[in-house]
Amino acid sequence: MALLGMVWTNLMRNKLRTILTWLSVFVALFLFVLLHGITDTLTESTKVGSERRLVTRNKISLVFPLPLSQYEKIKSMPGVAAVTWSNWFGGTDPVKPNDFYARFAVDGKTYFPMYASDAYIVQASPANGATSPSGVDPKLAAFFADRTACVVGEKLFLSHKWKLGQTIHLTGTIYPGAWPFVIRAVYRSKVRAFGEETMFFHWDYLYERSNRQAQVGIYTFSPADPSQAAAIGKRVDAMFENSEAATHTETERAFSAGFVSMWGNIPFVIRVIGLAVAFSIFLVAAVTMMMAIRERTNEFAVLKTLGFEDGAIFAVVLLEAGVLTLSAGLAGSLLAKFLLEKSGLPLPGFSTMIVHWETVALGLGLAVLMGLVSGILPAWQASRLRIVDALRKVG
Amino acid sequence: MAIPLGYNIRSAIGRPWATLATAFGIGMVVAILVLALALASGFQAAVVSTGSPNNVIVLRKGADSELSSGIGRDQANIIKSLPDIAPGADGRPLASPELLVLINQERKQGKGTSNVTIRGVDSEGLALRDGIKIYEGRDVAPGAAELIVGKRIADRFEGFGIGQQVKLEQRMFTVVGHFSAGGSGFESEVWGQNAVFMPVLREDFQSVTFRMKDPARFAAIKKQLEADPRLGVDVKRESEYYSDLAGPLATTMRILGVFIVLIMAVGALFAAMNTMFASIGARSREIATMLTLGFGKGSILLAFLVESVLIALLGGIIGCLLALPVNGTATSTTNFSTFSEIAFAFQITPVALGIGMLFALGLGVVGGLLPAWKASRQPLAAAMRAM
Repeated sequence: MALLGMVWTNLMRNKLRTILTWLSVFVALFLFVLLHGITDTLTESTKVGSERRLVTRNKISLVFPLPLSQYEKIKSMPGVAAVTWSNWFGGTDPVKPNDFYARFAVDGKTYFPMYASDAYIVQASPANGATSPSGVDPKLAAFFADRTACVVGEKLFLSHKWKLGQTIHLTGTIYPGAWPFVIRAVYRSKVRAFGEETMFFHWDYLYERSNRQAQVGIYTFSPADPSQAAAIGKRVDAMFENSEAATHTETERAFSAGFVSMWGNIPFVIRVIGLAVAFSIFLVAAVTMMMAIRERTNEFAVLKTLGFEDGAIFAVVLLEAGVLTLSAGLAGSLLAKFLLEKSGLPLPGFSTMIVHWETVALGLGLAVLMGLVSGILPAWQASRLRIVDALRKVG
Repeated sequence: MAIPLGYNIRSAIGRPWATLATAFGIGMVVAILVLALALASGFQAAVVSTGSPNNVIVLRKGADSELSSGIGRDQANIIKSLPDIAPGADGRPLASPELLVLINQERKQGKGTSNVTIRGVDSEGLALRDGIKIYEGRDVAPGAAELIVGKRIADRFEGFGIGQQVKLEQRMFTVVGHFSAGGSGFESEVWGQNAVFMPVLREDFQSVTFRMKDPARFAAIKKQLEADPRLGVDVKRESEYYSDLAGPLATTMRILGVFIVLIMAVGALFAAMNTMFASIGARSREIATMLTLGFGKGSILLAFLVESVLIALLGGIIGCLLALPVNGTATSTTNFSTFSEIAFAFQITPVALGIGMLFALGLGVVGGLLPAWKASRQPLAAAMRAM
């Protein structure tokens, strides 16, 4: 305890320097965790979607559609429990063209039951006597009663200050024209992987309004026995191999991982920057720490004269560095984690961010390492000091 | 009276490690700033240089990129008959209706998959674009199931070597050539012929691009085409179309870059102030001596400010030198505006280096001001007592 007291007194001796060093380490770790958080968020988005569901897309690429005729064929395949389909709508807000969120045309009566484990309806327009198809959440009755209806994520709903029953207007990009949609229900996610910033509407509406041009973007299906997923996927692809639209089937998780791999080496660049930041600040902090010790050479000589052991001096100096970097690192890493998870970054796709605890731990590890490395040389010097040499330097 | 510059230079050299560490800290900030700017300008250059201001691109009304567009053969013929289109060497209008699809392809070295743009062009397609050069192999033979592959795709993706076969729908295509396009986005594409693609891939075109006889008439051409009830199209200059596509991602890169650099600058600033304070603290008696000798407070302030700026500028130079080797390094990502792979190179411009040096200068001034002010305000008696 006496040692800690000395460490504290030493830190308070030049408050300005302590504060400046603390702040620079704090900023370095804040930035390190922030940058790692971006890659964490990307990695986390590879885990969107489950291993228990399969996604079938056109073999050439996602951009090519699939014919609806494949629905019955997949559904009647032995071992397939349920099938649904969806299609990317695109579209822009004519007033705010940069207001981007995902919009999907889905087959409601099969889609919502498929994702019942991932999301649930929190608000919905009154049913007014209408009913949902069997097996679908009864709260969606108003959605099914209205062909132009849509369901939106709660986050999206709140951030746009929408109301139930409100009509939103979109301009089609893939499917030309003006598209009005009426908000009939709001969903909330049960799992983080199922985003809350998506809009779903009736595929039938898309089909009719596009003069029956619209097809299927992807089929999502669940095998009765999840351990058979890979085998069933292969059978589906084999069935369509020589048809007008050959397919590629993979788990939903692999499907979303494909999107992340599209970022190329950008995540790598970000990680390198994070390390460079931590390293450069670390270097400066180490030098400051050494200067702080050198200034106190004669104090250490006095302590030694008073009978302090070499080991105790070593510990005091090392602890001083460690306490400083660890506390600054802890504050910086935690602030980055909570700030990011609460408010995200002002960038498209990063409004919700995830920072793993592993990243915070990595940051803290770096802080400890920083303290050790920058403290060890001055600590060693201070402990090896010969009293005569040191005192000779006094005045 | 001013304190000689030599004093500051020798002081800085006298504490080499502290000086170098501070300079290095500032250097890292400058390096990352320069690289962030280089990344964004490299990306923008690649995408924007894809389009020419003398060319016009026609898309279906409301389509935000070629991918979501569709133009029928009849409409393409109407557009091609426009008298404003410049004639080519053979007297035919320099216009190319183009078909566009994406194929999902493996990157080399197991780095995942990405979408590669396949573009079908008419024979005018090459003549329309400046700087397209086949550097290996040959151009496609008319009517043959052959492809030419952009340099960036040939380098980065599996299966596009000359002589290799690529399966599109049910038909095999042979890669016969590799082309470069002056670093533009076309280098991230694979080209073939409409006539061969159409029966296999899709029934409509995605865009029509043509060269204007008189680029000054763009506004009139746009008005005429967009008003034509048979068409239902949006008309843009090709250059404007591509810069719109680059916009969102380039902005993201810049925001992220500036954001990182600003936070980092704060950290470096604290560190620079720290070393400057320490270096001044260790020199109280020198400062007291100078004050006693009759140097004014102003000259002391200036001297230490200059010292801080010198260290920061050294840092700026270190930063620029650290960043320079990255110039030209190619990287790639997906431009989500087109949903396809785009490769580009870090492009370190003199402007980026200039901004980096200015930034270093700013850090030096801001970081040095407080310590220098403190040095000049040192009470003489206290400073002398330190002796």
